[in-house]
Amino acid sequence: MRRHAGDWPLVLPLTLFFAVFVLVPLALLGAVSLYSDTTLTTHGVAQYVKFLTDRFNLGVLGQTLWLGLLATVLALVVGYPLGYIAAVAPPALQRVLLLVIVLPLLTSAVVRTFAWVVILGRQGIVNGLLAAIGLIDAPVRLLYTPWAVVVALAQIQLPLMVLPVITALGNIDPNLRHASHALGAGRWRTFVAVTLPLSAPGLLAGCLLVYAGSVSAFVTQTLVGGGQLMLMPQYMYQQAIQANNYPFAAAVAMILLAAVLAIVIVVNTVTKKTQTLVHG
Amino acid sequence: MAEAPRGRESRRSRVERWSFGVAFGAAGGLAIVLLVAPTVIVLITSFTNAYSLKFPPPGYSPRWYAALWNDSPEILAAALLSVEVAAIATAIATVLAVAGAVGLARRRETWARLLDAVFMSPLMLPTLALGLALLVLFNALGRGLSMTTLVVGHVAICTPYILRTTTASLLQLDPGLLDSARSLGARRWFAFRTVTLPLVAPGIGAGAFIAFMASFDNVAISLFLSDARSEVLPIRMWHIIEANLDVRAAAASGVLIAAAVILMLVLERLTGVSRHLR
Repeated sequence: MRRHAGDWPLVLPLTLFFAVFVLVPLALLGAVSLYSDTTLTTHGVAQYVKFLTDRFNLGVLGQTLWLGLLATVLALVVGYPLGYIAAVAPPALQRVLLLVIVLPLLTSAVVRTFAWVVILGRQGIVNGLLAAIGLIDAPVRLLYTPWAVVVALAQIQLPLMVLPVITALGNIDPNLRHASHALGAGRWRTFVAVTLPLSAPGLLAGCLLVYAGSVSAFVTQTLVGGGQLMLMPQYMYQQAIQANNYPFAAAVAMILLAAVLAIVIVVNTVTKKTQTLVHG
Repeated sequence: MAEAPRGRESRRSRVERWSFGVAFGAAGGLAIVLLVAPTVIVLITSFTNAYSLKFPPPGYSPRWYAALWNDSPEILAAALLSVEVAAIATAIATVLAVAGAVGLARRRETWARLLDAVFMSPLMLPTLALGLALLVLFNALGRGLSMTTLVVGHVAICTPYILRTTTASLLQLDPGLLDSARSLGARRWFAFRTVTLPLVAPGIGAGAFIAFMASFDNVAISLFLSDARSEVLPIRMWHIIEANLDVRAAAASGVLIAAAVILMLVLERLTGVSRHLR
């Protein structure tokens, strides 16, 4: 390590930037949330009391976390098999698959959300298909429903699930699979007993990214969910910019931050546990 | 993948192989369709000759691309501003993050791991909260919103991408190379410039590219930190889609998709960017 001992001052500019423009602002936000009135004169926990004792507010929080969870499960169910296929594919096919997986990530999230507005709209392809096969007479409302938000979130965050899964599966020694087959275990048993546990760190990392992305996806939530579906990011924005109620908006932000942070800590702990299980 | 050596396959294991392949193939295929189809549908819709986003379009024409180019100065101005903000923010973030990565790489101390977690936090935490927090800071400082406040917010979200890819490249670097350079008399900066930098350049480039796209795409930060005059492209598009579903949004999306594909293919050749995303 001595070789790098003298390099540490290089971290200072970045540290200074993050201290001034990330840590201090977040601390200020926390401080603002501890005022009881919008003119910032009286200290108190009134904003948190107001949030946590109101059914509407709790509903907004619950709905946000619930839709995030559903989107994560959906992304996992569809994304894991794709990660598996990409990981065991021959190199040429793997390159193509990686490009297909990465490309949506580099296309604007607004564009990807817009795609869902087109697909699920009254004149969209889903309504068109349903009408063509005679299931519906008039276009049904698909946009502005919770399910639309879940499907759109899962699709938009899908690459974030697949990429860590590919990495984790790529790190598994294929001989373990072969040994399992040779010892008589079938495909499914080998997958459940060998491959799945060994890929758990990547799977959990993917779930974490999708979940964190989903609960704070302002654009997708507002455009696909519309005005009827109030979720935490939009609530925070509305309270700060439209209602000018900074203390309450700050409290909403802190509660969302705490919810995401709690999940991050839980998942990281579970990840460490699974790693010691596998390697310990 | 090579198959495990086996003699005559039992009926049960054939069924297993078959059902496993079908289940994973179906789910994986669905994932591919989900990844590709929305983009294709937007591209097709953008060439509609109608006034609505009906799919499939009743007929085709490039009229909305023409409308975008000829009669949409506000969208073009927003696009230019987005490029400008993303370029400045990426440049600043690259300098900060590369220096930070060199300082932190291969360090195991608690402070180094803690700093790393802080620097990576914008990837995980709701950036909308960071946007609001920065707005509170600038209000407290009595600073009005400007291009500067916007860029500051964007630097924070650009940094983690570059830090991650640069650190990964530094860890793959053979430390013996630097030792050789040093023992041959190279000063620290000279060794960095002639040995380290060329070898980690693809990693830095890939990170900077992803950071640029993240900044260009960001709504959460810009929503709070841009003043009335400076509207960035994703927010302009958000307004259009939310308000009246103008078909020009489809044309603008078409341009963004084409730009992403072209940039991606160029950078894949130069830096192998897809490797760095994992």
